Amino acid sequence: MTRRQRWWIQVLLLVAVLTLAGILINNLTVNLIRTGLGLSFRWLSRPAGFAISEHLLPFQPGDSMAWALLMGWLNSLRVIACSIAFATVLGVVAGAASRSNNPLFSALAGLYVGLIRQIPLLLQLLFWYFVAFLGLPSEPLAPLGALIRVSNQAITVMGLNLSVEFAAVLVGLSVFTGAAIAEVVRGGLDAVPRGQWEAFRSLGIGEGLGLQRVVLPQALPAILPALSSQYLNLAKNSTLSIAVGYADLYAVSDTAITQTGRAIEGFLLLLLSFFLLNLLINSSMQILNHSVLNKGKRT
Amino acid sequence: MQCCRLVPFGVLLFGLYACATLGEGGASRLDLIRQRGELRCGVSGKIPGFSFLERDGRYAGLDVDMCQAFAAAFVGDSSKVEYRPLTAPERFTALRTGEIDLLSRNTTFNLSRDASGGNGVTFAPVVFHDGQGLLVRRNSGINGLDDLRDKTICVGSGTTTEQNLNDVFQAKRIAYKPVKYQDLNQLVAGYLQGRCSAMTSDRSQLASARSGFAQPNNHQILPEVLSKEPLAPLSSGGDQRLADAMRWVVYALITAEEMGITKANVDVKLQEATSDPSKTALRRFLGVDGELGSKLGLRNDFVVSVLKTTGNYGEIYDRHLGPQSAVPIPRGLNQLHRDGGVLIAPPFQ
Repeated sequence: MTRRQRWWIQVLLLVAVLTLAGILINNLTVNLIRTGLGLSFRWLSRPAGFAISEHLLPFQPGDSMAWALLMGWLNSLRVIACSIAFATVLGVVAGAASRSNNPLFSALAGLYVGLIRQIPLLLQLLFWYFVAFLGLPSEPLAPLGALIRVSNQAITVMGLNLSVEFAAVLVGLSVFTGAAIAEVVRGGLDAVPRGQWEAFRSLGIGEGLGLQRVVLPQALPAILPALSSQYLNLAKNSTLSIAVGYADLYAVSDTAITQTGRAIEGFLLLLLSFFLLNLLINSSMQILNHSVLNKGKRT
Repeated sequence: MQCCRLVPFGVLLFGLYACATLGEGGASRLDLIRQRGELRCGVSGKIPGFSFLERDGRYAGLDVDMCQAFAAAFVGDSSKVEYRPLTAPERFTALRTGEIDLLSRNTTFNLSRDASGGNGVTFAPVVFHDGQGLLVRRNSGINGLDDLRDKTICVGSGTTTEQNLNDVFQAKRIAYKPVKYQDLNQLVAGYLQGRCSAMTSDRSQLASARSGFAQPNNHQILPEVLSKEPLAPLSSGGDQRLADAMRWVVYALITAEEMGITKANVDVKLQEATSDPSKTALRRFLGVDGELGSKLGLRNDFVVSVLKTTGNYGEIYDRHLGPQSAVPIPRGLNQLHRDGGVLIAPPFQ
């Protein structure tokens, strides 16, 4: 292909994309005019008029819609951040265990990954919520004295109060994503040549220390890109919280949309919030990725 | 060769263009329904007595009968209905995007939904006058709103219920914790599993949910009524022809009960009207005279098709919510005006 031809194809493509965008926007405007509604975000400053069960900052039903949506966003952030932490620990442990010399550990890890990856996330969330957490007695159980108190009303860990909805989403997302991360970690470990394992074993270095100092640093470049896409998946999957009554951003937007009738604006805001959230996750993972790769180059 | 590589791209672009331009067009939805020969009706599908999937795989209930009445009037065949089960938050989007023609899904008629600055839909006349209530366990010691202070209440999200609950409790300065579910079945499951001290919904829905419990008598609906909930079918705003047609189908059902015309005797009444020119009101109503149907863009005898399908309003109510039905709800406000209710239809003139 000559340079000129390539250039023309680029131009054609650009025109095509612009036309398509134009058609879509035109279609939206025509439909909005037809139903007599223009785009407007004034409803954001109106009082919400609904209560939210859990909120990190003070919230009253008389506060604005925008404030209510922010509470939902913070709830989403909270459950996503906690789940990412738990899922990573779970995934790394399970992934390392599946390559362990101990047959019990590797069998357990295999069972966990095999079982969890076959079941849809929504079903798992419903299971954790309706069967596991709501199945608890309503009088608090305290298996470890004052440290942990659990009931189907609330879970208290070291004085920290968690709602059962939050707990169900946290456990569901962590367990589900943990299984996917375990596979990512296993794949990364497999990418490290067998000789590296034999090398540290022959030097008399223990399994744990060898994994930490020899294998993982070499596996990380293979693990990190796939890991960040698992994190992005987790963030997007968190919108399933609505099925178990957790007041995340999607659940709050949902109420706001039905109360104001502003479906298109509501969904635009939702898209934007998730775009920003995932951009945040993606860029921090990229920074981490770069630092790992550069570290590899220096040694 | 280069050009051929672009062919799939062109096809894709054309496909997208076709998708993007669908759904436009200025004509009334009524013509589209006729052309298609089928009515797309949004229902809930989860409320026994209103719309519920029966054992034989068919939908049944008051809301479903309304869909059938509309199909009988618009298409002339009550079986030509495609039901779309929708959750509360989905319903307005489905209507607005044109995925369904109309909604017959226990939807509360209120200002912000009706107004063009709100949801911008158009409501047909009310087919069921309801009110919001609270369901609690009999042994919980909760006998009134004040007993619910600081308690957890299960509520459906994306409904007027959520707002009413807040309005009433805030006015009485009673603090409470809402747990919101998107789906009615999850709402019931959350309540039955003991997550909440009470669940709130329209009293008809509470009665119908309770009818499915293992021990219905262990639960009671509190006497307090939190709100007026007039439930009505609706269509997308800005389509007056469809809205008018729907309005008069509902009024036909009420008028038929007023005039004592039933599914069983409609043929006899039609014969009476045809043979006796002095029965002018009956002749107009059944389409023998007056050409009322064509003014709506329907066939003149649309009332006859409707009544042959569903019977009059009283028959529909008795079939699904009457004393002999699975979900008995006293008719109360839903009686004809002359019997002490609020149902009344303007004249067919």
